[in-house]
Amino acid sequence: MAERFRPASRTEADGIGEVLRAIVGPEHVRLATEVDAVAGVVPLVVVEPADERQTASVLRCANQAGLAVIPCGGGTKLDWGNPSRQADVVLSVRRLNQVIEHAWADLTVTVEAGCTVAQLQRTLAQHGQRLAVDPLWPERATIGGILATNDSGTLRLGYGALRDLIIGVTLALADGTIASSGGKVVKNVAGYDLPKLATGSLGTLGVITRAVFRLHPLPRNTRTLTIAVGDADAMQRVILSILGEQLAPAAVQARDGNVDILLEGTLDGIAAQESVIKKFGEVREGSPAVWKAREDLWPSSGAGPIVKFTTLPSRISAAAAPLSRFVIQATGIGYARFDGDVQELRAAMERDGGSLMILGATKLDAWGSPGDSLPLMRAVKEQFDPKGTLNPGRFVGGI
Amino acid sequence: MNPNILEELRGILGPHGLISSSEELRTYECDGLTNFRVIPSAVVLPDSTEQVQAVVRVCHRERIPFVARGSGTGLSGGALPVAGGIVICLARMKRILEVDLANARVVVEPGVINLEVTGRVASANFFYAPDPSSQSVCSIGGNVAENSGGAHCLKYGFTTTHVLGLDVVLPDGSLVHLGSKTLDAPGYDLAGVFVGSEGTLGIATKIILRIVKRPECVRTLLAAFHSTNEAGAAVSGIIATGMLPAAIEMMDNLAIQAAEAAVHANYPNCGGLLLVELDGPVAEVDALMAHVDEICRQNGAWEIRVAQSEAERALVWKGRKAAFAAMGRISPNYIVQDGVIPRTSLPQILNEIKELSAETGLRVANVFHAGDGNLHPLVLYDRRVPGQEKAAERLSERILELCIEKGGSITGEHGVGEEKKHMMSKMFAEPDLDTMQRVRCAFDPLQLSNPTKVFPRTRLCGDKPGEYVPHPLETAGIAERY
Repeated sequence: MAERFRPASRTEADGIGEVLRAIVGPEHVRLATEVDAVAGVVPLVVVEPADERQTASVLRCANQAGLAVIPCGGGTKLDWGNPSRQADVVLSVRRLNQVIEHAWADLTVTVEAGCTVAQLQRTLAQHGQRLAVDPLWPERATIGGILATNDSGTLRLGYGALRDLIIGVTLALADGTIASSGGKVVKNVAGYDLPKLATGSLGTLGVITRAVFRLHPLPRNTRTLTIAVGDADAMQRVILSILGEQLAPAAVQARDGNVDILLEGTLDGIAAQESVIKKFGEVREGSPAVWKAREDLWPSSGAGPIVKFTTLPSRISAAAAPLSRFVIQATGIGYARFDGDVQELRAAMERDGGSLMILGATKLDAWGSPGDSLPLMRAVKEQFDPKGTLNPGRFVGGI
Repeated sequence: MNPNILEELRGILGPHGLISSSEELRTYECDGLTNFRVIPSAVVLPDSTEQVQAVVRVCHRERIPFVARGSGTGLSGGALPVAGGIVICLARMKRILEVDLANARVVVEPGVINLEVTGRVASANFFYAPDPSSQSVCSIGGNVAENSGGAHCLKYGFTTTHVLGLDVVLPDGSLVHLGSKTLDAPGYDLAGVFVGSEGTLGIATKIILRIVKRPECVRTLLAAFHSTNEAGAAVSGIIATGMLPAAIEMMDNLAIQAAEAAVHANYPNCGGLLLVELDGPVAEVDALMAHVDEICRQNGAWEIRVAQSEAERALVWKGRKAAFAAMGRISPNYIVQDGVIPRTSLPQILNEIKELSAETGLRVANVFHAGDGNLHPLVLYDRRVPGQEKAAERLSERILELCIEKGGSITGEHGVGEEKKHMMSKMFAEPDLDTMQRVRCAFDPLQLSNPTKVFPRTRLCGDKPGEYVPHPLETAGIAERY
């Protein structure tokens, strides 16, 4: 595919707008302006379909017309990934925002992609349940957006990641096909696991229109403990010691000379676990706000980009060594603002079996190497979106 | 099979790595689902990734279909040979390649037996969580293909939750690395798609597993109820209090009788037996177990026992895990099904199964993973009675249809395989199945890897997929898309 950055032409935009207005109604299409730029590329129009069928129709039209589509939820992470080779239509799922079915007695929920995480959690809380993830900016981030960007959060240690919690997905593909896979039950092996394929695919295979999740009860009690640690080695030692005990922490993270531990459950259970954790350092009561530490990296000033990196738990201190502002989860997933040589840092992470992703547009490739499976990933993309309509060039290896 | 090809395979595998005589081939004619049988043209027993690659390259060049096989314990015919094809049996690739306790990772070859993983790490207080009932004989490679579950997946998840990465020989013989020891490798989650693909996307030759720290304590409670309805109500009560037990299993009277006859687990003779296991920190488990006890009594439990020792606990589980095989004690033949329903539909479907049983005169024993709604109805019959096998097949199919009607699934852990592929179009609409097959086309455009399984009909990879057309059931307002 050729490089096709192009300025939005007014007449072109009007032409597309007319077709899209016929699908979604005139009030739900508007011409794009500078503020709609996605990773530096200004699209032609922004369209907000009302439902799955309209979403599929918009996609089919764009696909036939050779227009590139940028799927969009709350827009909080829209600049993650590489700049689009071409950006014509921003397809916002903002209006697909319903919690379709909270089967609370079965601990599952079916929710539309445009529902915000916070809205979903408020609905689930009415029956004492939650989707056990704590992604960035939940008031604005949508279900479709956290899935596309694979943003699970710190609770992953205790409850698994989005890939483990999603049990069904409906995708609108570039050619207008609407396809569901998985199901509404927590245990199901019929057919391929496309919910996992969609998770983390950055909207390059299809637009997620709805998802089904398994849920967890809200914890009876929670307590955050914080242990001050002197250096990176001490930090790693404390983390590995906690993981090495027969405890059940919901989350563990390291930041700014501290290790935070989230305990959930009965008061007796929490107290018993706390008494074990006290062996590893001076424990103080932490603030629940520490679990938002990841968000604090963004407004902070600094020359470099924010990166997400992955490492093994036993290599946390090595990974943290060149970093100053970071949050590392005990699962080996970290976030940092880094103003040094990012490529050098990425090379070091990759040598160690990990990876580094740049969260936001820079001149560098956002992803790093997916290894020898890249041709297979390209083949999957070719099957789902042969014309490169969806987020062209934004994913790994130019996908 | 062409003798030149056999000779070439012998050259790759050595004299002891190829089976081609008809009597020896018969050993491989079926897996754990014995009513489907196909004799393969050859069976190869590679002992390295390179040998697997070399064999697959020959298959690719000659357009010979192949089927990977582990221990052959699968219950859906996933490892059923394809006529004119080769079976690639991975039983000789059984090395545990790496144990990394600090990071809770174990790297294995596909022929490693499930229980051996736990065996290797138990002394360090770790275990490998997925525990299909056949875990003492089934292989990790087979577990990966089927995304095997087990009683404890209610809390710990399935095979896919515990597979972080794989080396996969693709159907053209090339080797790719999917996923990695670290989480969130860049790119599509192809490891996530591969697990549970039932051998249709290639052959895993190395698997990176996640192991789990053993909880501080495990407590198992056995509760006897007058009926499965009462037991089911207790399950709802337990879930409603916000607990997540490690396992909740249920058996009906017929299943209890069979298990008793087979392993003398000392189960109370009751209408519905519940087995609830909690694990975690001692203080947590003790507090919650008191709740479970109370909930069971409130729902009519007339006998409650908590296993007092590891030996008692093991015996309780032995009865449950032997339940399928135990059917042989009370019936000459049986069909085991693997449907899933939203858990709350349990009382309703049990009544419906009872009605079907009465209509057909066939007995149905029920064993469930009650916490996650996974049913294992066992339809008992006698093959010697004319027409009974057909009637039993029809009955178990009808049960799966009931599962679909309730918004459930035709398989929770056994896989679609050969047995249930015709049910796939009842559970999914055409565009759903076509979309799944796009993945197939990316991995295996020539459709050589276990080509006849999972899908009711294969989609030619050159086909231009059409757009969405509503399923007739949807148009009629009978079914709804989720």
